[in-house]
Amino acid sequence: MFRSLSAVALTGAVALTLVGCGSDKSSDPAPADNISGTVTVFAAASLTETFTELGKQFEAAHPGTKVVYSFGASSALAEQIKQGAPIDVFASAAPKNMQQVVDAGDITATPVTFVRNRLEIAVPKGNPGHITGLADFGKTEPKIALCAEQVPCGAAAKTVFEIAGVNPQPDTREADVKAVLTKVTLGEVDAALVYRTDVKAAGDKVEGIDFPEADKAINDYPVAALAKAPNSAAATAFVTFIESDRARAVFTKAGFDNP
Amino acid sequence: MTRTSTRRRTARGRRPLILVLPAVCGLAFLLLPLAGLLLRAPWRSVPDRLFSAEVGQALRLSLVCASSATVVCLVFGIPLAWLLARGEVPGLGFVRALVTVPLVLPPVVGGVALLLVLGRRGIIGRHLNEWFGVSLPFTTAGVVVAEAFVAMPFLVISVEGALRGADPRYEEAAATLGASRWLTFRRVTLPSVMPGVIAGAVLCWARALGEFGATITFAGNFPGKTTTMPLAVYLALETDPEDAIVLSLVLLFVSVVVLAALRDRWIRGAV
Repeated sequence: MFRSLSAVALTGAVALTLVGCGSDKSSDPAPADNISGTVTVFAAASLTETFTELGKQFEAAHPGTKVVYSFGASSALAEQIKQGAPIDVFASAAPKNMQQVVDAGDITATPVTFVRNRLEIAVPKGNPGHITGLADFGKTEPKIALCAEQVPCGAAAKTVFEIAGVNPQPDTREADVKAVLTKVTLGEVDAALVYRTDVKAAGDKVEGIDFPEADKAINDYPVAALAKAPNSAAATAFVTFIESDRARAVFTKAGFDNP
Repeated sequence: MTRTSTRRRTARGRRPLILVLPAVCGLAFLLLPLAGLLLRAPWRSVPDRLFSAEVGQALRLSLVCASSATVVCLVFGIPLAWLLARGEVPGLGFVRALVTVPLVLPPVVGGVALLLVLGRRGIIGRHLNEWFGVSLPFTTAGVVVAEAFVAMPFLVISVEGALRGADPRYEEAAATLGASRWLTFRRVTLPSVMPGVIAGAVLCWARALGEFGATITFAGNFPGKTTTMPLAVYLALETDPEDAIVLSLVLLFVSVVVLAALRDRWIRGAV
């Protein structure tokens, strides 16, 4: 319900901006590359901070453009795209969800992996549950939040638990990684598995604990422009920008690994 | 019966077209999405999907939680409605407005608000945890709390409306005959507003059954414990949209049956 509403709202917003652009007879010099209008980007929840910042840079580099986002679980976004959401660019937190969109014929270009991300244990500031490693997730006492297994961070978590031989005892399985992080930030759980970038983004409210098995479940993030992108020139430019060195600096600062 | 039908016929000639067209559009807008669910439902595999353990678990939990939340709403909501309708304290209008806030609050915000008050580090929750070892988030009780928070205004508004419409003379008569206030409320006031109470309880129950945002935020999502039907629908969309459609149909069916069954018996009488 909420998702369909937001899709409607998004479409409305896009339509409005397009109308706005159409009637906009400003005397701004057109950029040399002739890119303008709205770029609608669907991106994994874990990209919220970096993509928001990069969007601002992109708008500055191409006057007359506006980047509009919908952040959420990659699986949910992929589903919305398959249902015909009118978007330009899709950035997924897992190749699997990108592949679904490719298989549906909505993406014809070859998706490019632009960053990689690893899991980290997140605990509230001061580590009240005295969590030391992955083994604590198999105990019943600490309150534990994990991503639902249907979303990429949950699938990655499942992999590391299998490798470590831990049978996790979560109290909740949230719908996306930011929801898990919120439970840690509020101190409602003692430990959670999120991405390293999420721990960084949460600042000093959350502490991260690295664990060796994380190397075995590295998430590749692919990005691609949609075949039927309403604003295909800008979509291509945005994807190119995401792969640029300038964007790489932003990703590295946020804690992402290079592909 | 015959008289009403002749009256209807004469009225039909005067029905302005300017109202009929938007009315039909409005009706289509409300019904077509539901029809879409029915059209796209994977009917062949419905039985298999329905009798999977997860669905049964989620449905059971949903019914139990929505019913418990309705009981909680009745216990606290009826006295609150009575206070709003009959109280003689200044500022009641403001309180009435506050009571309706959960109606317009985005449910997710309601969930966060509940966490900030009743969570492990919440204003009240902190002490519950320290003194009694009680922690509401991630428990079935937490689901009931979240649902009651969102659904209670429906009941309060409904009962309060009925109380305002009730004739106070019966209560006065009971009082002059020597009935205590409590006896009057039990034997006179409450029975006279019963249709309003039932209607409110049904709305409240239906709202609780469909509650999603506050539940997933406050109580989290764990199968058998806090995964109610709406949460199951949301997560099924991630992997198997057809499963989600089947789950939605169950919710739709349950809601329609309950509303239809009660509408004929009570709601008409209340309004």
